[in-house]
Amino acid sequence: MEKLIKRGAEAEIYLSEWRGRKVIVKKRIKKRYRIKELDEEIREKRTKKEALLMASARQAGISVPIIYDVNLDEKKIVMEYVNGERLKDVLDVKSEEEQKEICYKIGEDIANLHLQGIIHGDITTSNMILRDNRIYFIDFGLGMKSEEIEDKGVDLHLLMEAFKAAHRNEKLFSWVIEAYGNFSDESKEVEKKIKEIERRGRYMRRVS
Amino acid sequence: MICLGIEGTAHTISVGIVDKVDEKCKILSHISRTYKPEGGGIHPREAANHHAKHIPSIIEESIEKANIDVKEIDMIGFSIGPGLGPCLRTAATSARTLALLLKKPIVGVNHCIAHLEIGRALTKCNDPVLLYVSGGNTQVIAFMRGRYRVFGETLDIGIGNCLDKFGREIGLSFPAGPKIEKLAKKGNKYISLPYSVKGMDVSFSGILTACIHLLKKERIEDICYSLQETCFSMLAEVTERAMAHTEKEEVLLSGGVACNERLKEIIKKMAQERNAKFFSPPNELLVDNGVMIAWTALLMYASGIEHKIEETNIKQNYRTDEVEIKWRN
Repeated sequence: MEKLIKRGAEAEIYLSEWRGRKVIVKKRIKKRYRIKELDEEIREKRTKKEALLMASARQAGISVPIIYDVNLDEKKIVMEYVNGERLKDVLDVKSEEEQKEICYKIGEDIANLHLQGIIHGDITTSNMILRDNRIYFIDFGLGMKSEEIEDKGVDLHLLMEAFKAAHRNEKLFSWVIEAYGNFSDESKEVEKKIKEIERRGRYMRRVS
Repeated sequence: MICLGIEGTAHTISVGIVDKVDEKCKILSHISRTYKPEGGGIHPREAANHHAKHIPSIIEESIEKANIDVKEIDMIGFSIGPGLGPCLRTAATSARTLALLLKKPIVGVNHCIAHLEIGRALTKCNDPVLLYVSGGNTQVIAFMRGRYRVFGETLDIGIGNCLDKFGREIGLSFPAGPKIEKLAKKGNKYISLPYSVKGMDVSFSGILTACIHLLKKERIEDICYSLQETCFSMLAEVTERAMAHTEKEEVLLSGGVACNERLKEIIKKMAQERNAKFFSPPNELLVDNGVMIAWTALLMYASGIEHKIEETNIKQNYRTDEVEIKWRN
């Protein structure tokens, strides 16, 4: 039995079963406003890319749901159901010590992703699941492969904005950056880039 | 209350006279003149000269057509930005002159916000996500926490600029958009182009380059068709994202490129698919016009905004989200 649990602008997320396992099915939905050829091309490309990025993230030692199946005809990915808590919902109720530990872990994970040239593209606490003291990263739909400092900066800048919009403790991002610096040798350049991005008008008004 | 609004951000100089009756927008007159470059794109100085030449006569004409006495004008509005410096200055100078001459209040209006407000006034939408598409501007705007915030926009050139530049490559005169639309109708083969959506932002320069490279290989009609389908689908996608994000159920399409029937169709379909409502003002008010400036100035004035002459310096890079929206809750 498939049960729709979320409908985004681009995809539908179902809770389902696959060979006796509880799984999540992410289906990229048809957009009738696009001509068929273009619609097929985009949905197929993105499904492929997301599966690839999740697989490379896993290889980099980052916790992501295990991919069980990719169906390019139906533009869907079948993945492990991570039974945990959405970080966005629980971060604020943790003690400061726990928050610090979580942010250190986030910083280390993002540094490792970036070292492998993986840009998540939408790092927010809504896209992190906390289970057994591990942080699972989900939704690589806007991600890409890149070694550019610019892309890494934009990636982290988004998290900074997400923290500002959704969480109270103002120190969260600085902890992430501290840990990021311990695991990445590009951290100085990336931090400089984040400051530069902040100064760009078009990012000043980012809301969430 | 009657306002005379002057629009002059780019190639159009326009005067609109609007009466605000019971919070409703009553258009008394609307007259525009559009500068057409002999070749290439808009030359800012040439456009400004064009505006300077026409503004006195269209002010007179519009007052005459509105069938009012000049003394009945209660205030002056003008486009303070964003736009081309020389054009903005010309419009601003005539607005200041009128305000001083008539001893009436003056209000400088953000051009992008005026597009949104006139849409709200003349269609039945109330709290839309606006897709604003013109030559220089491509923005997805919505009202949130006291301001019109830009949720997505072009990272390089405006959609209209992309179409015009491609048009120039194939020998079409400015503005090329309507001609490309005609050619695209005869196209039927989709050629894959770089589809460039980054979160809620879009970028068009890569598509433009790709299309230019295709010129020797493919039929012009097919390139135009593919160009439109790709760019417009990108716009629909980012608009949909903004709608999902802000949980708004209305979409308003405005700006010169919104005259394109295929774009209208695509955005309308997107809205239908998510059970949202689609709105677009009539074509003559989609393009730059003095009516929207007059109407927005009236809204601003009613909310207590009035500019001193020394506060009417033009703002070429005026951002949509810089403006405090006191007239909405």
